[in-house]
Amino acid sequence: MSQTAILIRDLGFAWPRQSARCIDIAELKIVAGERVFLHGPSGSGKSTLLGLLGGVAVPQQGDITLLGTDVTRLPGRARDRFRADHIGFLFQQFNLLPWLSALDNVLLPCTFSARRRERTGTDPRAEAARLLSRLDLNTDTWHRPAAELSVGQQQRVAAARALIGRPEILIADEPTSALDAERQQIFVDLLLQETAAVSATLVFVSHDTRLAAHFDRHIALPAINHGAAKEATI
Amino acid sequence: MRAILRLAALSAWSRRLTLGLTLIAIALATTLLLAVERVRVDARQSFTQSVSGVDLVVGARTGSVQLMLYAVFHAGAASNNIRWDSYQALTQHPAVDWSVPLSLGDSHRGFPVLGTEADYFRHFRYGDHEALRFTTGKPFAGVFETVLGSEVAQQLGYALDGAITLSHGLNELGPEHGDKPFRITGILAPTGTPVDRTIHVSLESITALHLDWVGGTPMPGLVIPAEYVAKFDLKPKEITAALLGLKQRSDVFRMQRFINDFRAEPLLGVLPGVALDELWQTVGMIERTLLAISALVVLVGLAGLAATLLAGLNERRRELAILRALGAGPGQIFLMLIAEGVLITTLGALLGFILLSLGSLLAAPWLLERFGVVLGGRWPSREELALIGMVITTGLVASLAPGWRAWRMSLADGLTPRL
Ligand SMILES: Nc1ncnc2c1ncn2[C@@H]1O[C@H](COP(=O)(O)OP(=O)(O)OP(=O)(O)O)[C@@H](O)[C@H]1O
Ligand SMILES: [Mg+2]
Repeated sequence: MSQTAILIRDLGFAWPRQSARCIDIAELKIVAGERVFLHGPSGSGKSTLLGLLGGVAVPQQGDITLLGTDVTRLPGRARDRFRADHIGFLFQQFNLLPWLSALDNVLLPCTFSARRRERTGTDPRAEAARLLSRLDLNTDTWHRPAAELSVGQQQRVAAARALIGRPEILIADEPTSALDAERQQIFVDLLLQETAAVSATLVFVSHDTRLAAHFDRHIALPAINHGAAKEATI
Repeated sequence: MRAILRLAALSAWSRRLTLGLTLIAIALATTLLLAVERVRVDARQSFTQSVSGVDLVVGARTGSVQLMLYAVFHAGAASNNIRWDSYQALTQHPAVDWSVPLSLGDSHRGFPVLGTEADYFRHFRYGDHEALRFTTGKPFAGVFETVLGSEVAQQLGYALDGAITLSHGLNELGPEHGDKPFRITGILAPTGTPVDRTIHVSLESITALHLDWVGGTPMPGLVIPAEYVAKFDLKPKEITAALLGLKQRSDVFRMQRFINDFRAEPLLGVLPGVALDELWQTVGMIERTLLAISALVVLVGLAGLAATLLAGLNERRRELAILRALGAGPGQIFLMLIAEGVLITTLGALLGFILLSLGSLLAAPWLLERFGVVLGGRWPSREELALIGMVITTGLVASLAPGWRAWRMSLADGLTPRL
C-alpha cells in the first residue's frame, strides 16, 4: 500500500513584481518512498518549485499537501516547524555553518527539531557518526570545522545532515553541481542507497540527465509546468 | 538551551575580530562618557567644597554671592569693610569656637594677597574636611613674611626664602610696595581651591604696607622704611571678612541671626555650603556646557557603537538563514542574539570602566600635583551606573533590532542563497 507523500494541486506562483507565473502546475503526485528525478533547463523554475515544497515561498494559488498536511494553510511558524520535522534539505550551495565541526553540522536538525532527535534513536551523536561513515568520511574530518573540508567532503556532510533523524521527505537541489562526473555518480548512488535505507521520499533536482539512471521516476519540469499537465510525465 | 548557547558562543568566536572591534567601541564610549561625567561631578564638588568646616562667612552687608566671591574666591572687591571692634565683638560671642579674619585688596602679578592670621592654616578646611598642608616651610611668623599657594609658587617659579614685593590694588599694574619685600616662609600643597592662587601674609603686614599710604597712593614726602614699622601700632582697623567656626553646628542659625542683626554696623553672615551651591547655580553655565558635551559624547559614542554592530550583522545574515531553514524558531534565534549582545555590551562596559579606573589611577599623582584634584579608584555612582545602563541598552537594541530584521528576511536566503 502506498501513501501519497507529495500532492500538488492547481498550484500557481509568480515572483513579486513579475507578471508571468513562474510555476503553474495543475497536478503532481509523488508516492511515499518514490525517488524522483526532476530536471529542466536553467531558469525553468526547479528551485522555485522546491522552495514552494519547503514552504519558503507561499503560492498565490492552489495547495501543496505533504504527508497529509496542507502546508499552504499552515501559519508561518508551524510551517517552519513542519519543515524542520519532516523535510531534509540538500542545497545547491551546501549551507554548512563554516565555524561548526562536521559532526555538529550534521547534528543541527536534532538541535531544532525534537522529532528528528527522537527518530535518531538513543544517541544522536552515534547516528551522526554512522551516517558520516556510511558516506565515506574519515573520522579525522569529523571534528574539523566545515570551512576546512574539501567541496566533496562538505557535500557529504550536507547529505548526512539532510538524512539525520529519518525525515520522510528529502529535497535535493543540484547537490552534485560542484563535483566531477565520476564523483557525481558515486554521490548520487550513495544518496539513493541512504534514502532507501530510511525509506524516505526523494525529490532530486538536476539539469544533468546523465545522473537519472537509478531513479524510480523522471519528471521534466517544462512538461508539467504551464498547463502541460499529466501526460508530460516521462 | 545549552546547545543554543554553545552555538552562540562558537558563532561569536568565529567573528571574534568584528566583535573585538565592537567591544573596543563600547569600551571607549563608556570610558569617554564616564570621564566627562566624572569631570562634571568633580568640578561641581571641588567648587562647592572650596571651603568646608567653616560654619559662617561674615562680611559687610552685600549679597551672599558677592560675599562668597571675595571672601572665598578672592575675586572682585568688597564694597565695605568690617570694623576691627565689630570683629572682636563677634569672636567674643560664646557660641564661637574659632575665627579667622581676612583682609584683601593687594595683589602680586595677578594673584590676590590675603591678609590673615597664622590660625588660618590651622582652621581652614576644604573638600572632605582636608586641612592645608605645607609642601615646604611653615606659616608666617612676623611682618613681611609670606606663605604661597602652590600654583603661585609653581607658575612664578618661587622657592622657599625667596623675596617678593606686592602691588597695591588688584590691578597687575597697580603701584608697587617696592620698598617692603616679603620673605617666603612656606609653600602650600595643591588643594584644587582658590587657596592655590593666593599669597598669604599676616594682617600686621597689610597694615605695615600701608603706613605711609593714603587713599591708594604713597603719601608724598613720607617714607617709613621697613626697619621702623615695628615701632608703629600694627593692629588693623578694618578687615574685609571673617571665617567663623562654632562650638556646636546647631547654633549656626542663631549665630547667623546675631550677625545679621548686629547693632554697630550692618553685617552679613552666610552659610558657605548653601552660598556656594547658590553661586554654582549662577555660574551654572559651566555645568550646562559639560552636560551638553556629555550628551554629545553619548550620541557620538553610541552612534559609533551602533554602526559597528550593524556592520557586524551583515556577516550573520547567512548564518541566521541557515539556522532558520533547519528549524530554529524565533525564540531560539532571539536567545542567540541576546546572549551575544548581553555578553559583548556588558563586557565592553566593564572594560570601559576598568579603563577609566586605570586611567584615573595612573593620572592621579599627576592630577594631585598639578591641580590638587583627588581622584581615586571609586565605585560607579548612581549617575554613572545609569550611564553604563544606557550604553548597555543601546548596545542591545543596536544588536537586536537589525538581527531580528535579518532573521525575518532570511528564510529564502537560507535555502537558495543569493549573492
Ligand atoms: N528570489 C527571486 N526573486 C525574483 N525572481 C526569482 C527569484 N528566484 C528566481 N527567480 C526567477 O524565477 C525563475 C526560475 O528560477 P529558478 O531559480 O527556479 O530556476 P532553476 O530552474 O532552479 O535554474 P537553475 O537550474 O539555474 O538553478 C527565473 O527566471 C528567475 O529569474
Ligand atoms: Mg536552481
